[in-house]
Amino acid sequence: MSVPRYWRNMPKREKLESKKCEKCGHVDFPPRARCLKCGSDALIPYTLPDRGKLTSFTIVRSAPKGFEKMTPYVLGVVELIDRTLITVQITDVDPSDVAIGMPLESVFRKVCEDGDCGIIEYAIKFRPAV
Amino acid sequence: MRKVAVLSYGMTKVDKHWRKSLRELYGDAAKNALSSVSIPSIDALIVGNMCASDLSDQNNIGALLADYLGITPSMAYRIEAACGSGGAAILGAYTAVASGLYDYVLTGGVEKLTDGVGGNTVYSLGKASDAEYELFYGSSFVSINALMMNRYMHLYRTPREAFADFAVLMHKNATKNPCAQLPFEISRETVLNSDMISDPISLYDCAPVGDGAAALILCPVDLAKKITDSYVEVAGIAGATDTLNISSRSDILTLNSTREAAKRAYRMANVSVADIDVAEIHDAFTITAALSVEDLGFCEKGRFGKMLSSGEMEAGGKVVINPSGGLKARGHPVGATGAYQVAEIAMQLSGKADRMQAKDAEIGLAQNIGGSGSSTYVTILRRP
Ligand SMILES: [Zn+2]
Repeated sequence: MSVPRYWRNMPKREKLESKKCEKCGHVDFPPRARCLKCGSDALIPYTLPDRGKLTSFTIVRSAPKGFEKMTPYVLGVVELIDRTLITVQITDVDPSDVAIGMPLESVFRKVCEDGDCGIIEYAIKFRPAV
Repeated sequence: MRKVAVLSYGMTKVDKHWRKSLRELYGDAAKNALSSVSIPSIDALIVGNMCASDLSDQNNIGALLADYLGITPSMAYRIEAACGSGGAAILGAYTAVASGLYDYVLTGGVEKLTDGVGGNTVYSLGKASDAEYELFYGSSFVSINALMMNRYMHLYRTPREAFADFAVLMHKNATKNPCAQLPFEISRETVLNSDMISDPISLYDCAPVGDGAAALILCPVDLAKKITDSYVEVAGIAGATDTLNISSRSDILTLNSTREAAKRAYRMANVSVADIDVAEIHDAFTITAALSVEDLGFCEKGRFGKMLSSGEMEAGGKVVINPSGGLKARGHPVGATGAYQVAEIAMQLSGKADRMQAKDAEIGLAQNIGGSGSSTYVTILRRP
């Protein structure tokens, strides 16, 4: 990934910064040009909450390019306490202990290395709430 | 708008075509489509393809194929809508003919997946997802669908067996399809015991990787009548979209693009779901089959397993689903798949499906998805 492309998405991936609709209160992640629910373009900055629960998950055993060394790892759809859904990696847990409904909290983690000379990519993942 | 007909079609077998290139594959399918009818010219070429830029290092597919087929200077371009590229190309061809701009449009799709090296094929297919927010986290096309399947199993208390049985039926159907990539029967255990790719999706829940091309000629019904009596009418056609991120949807188990495209296509054709005799649906994974069957309206949400086990998807049932073997066993040459589906429905309605034939089929539907439901193209054909 190019450095500018990585850099401009840092607030979204590392702090879960997004937008909230001023009109209907709906939150979209990632942010859109217009509210997905009501279509309004009156959007204000909003930071997603750091807690939620697991809605669905999968244990990735056959990984795409760049993630081969990390298998098996867990991907999940997390419902945050404000009811926003996000797709993220679930970490700090044995894959066989992951269950739908489990409470989670956000944590800052390395995601992958872009080859031998590329950048190291970081983002928010979620782990079982302590 | 003029009424539009599928005048003719041609398909290659879906396979790992090591000896054939992208242009040769489409050339073979186009030759089949052209050989069965006599037409004065090809006015335009609109072809679907997803991965050529990545796997064949080739853009500008429209001109390349026009050049190879010897139909320059006819207008030509390629349409990309991930796995929905074939259906999107047919919608493009439909509008081109219906509008009156072109009379004879060669369309369809072509995909050459086996020229990918290492993990490139999987990576290229994954690009149907949101690169910056889904792929970034190490997701793939399989794992995104696995998130949907796990949720489905949890919410509707559906065991893996129910999904496995759909794969079994697809393989059985494919034994009657000369173009199928996997024309052999399997058992429920074959699926359940196959390698886990991304829980709960195992290898036999997935469509295989293969190459293929399907070509169709679309023209006005008024002209088709003078050329052949085996044409079929395009009664309804529609496309619709949804968010790329499944987590941005209000419900990850509803394919809104399929619901919306189906609703519009049914309305345009002036039919209801009960009128559909035969359907080719987009079963990229067994979970995709479940969501598709439900969101097209063939059964209620969560009732896929029940509909399958009661025999309602086979001859004598409510609707014959995927007599070709579907993506699971006919194969899924991604950008060509939607074109195979429409060609197969045309074949059914003109009574030329041989051992695959659904009895007395008059109205048929093809549903082609791009991404994990981010776009859907629904085409309804009618026997004239
Ligand atoms: Zn709003």
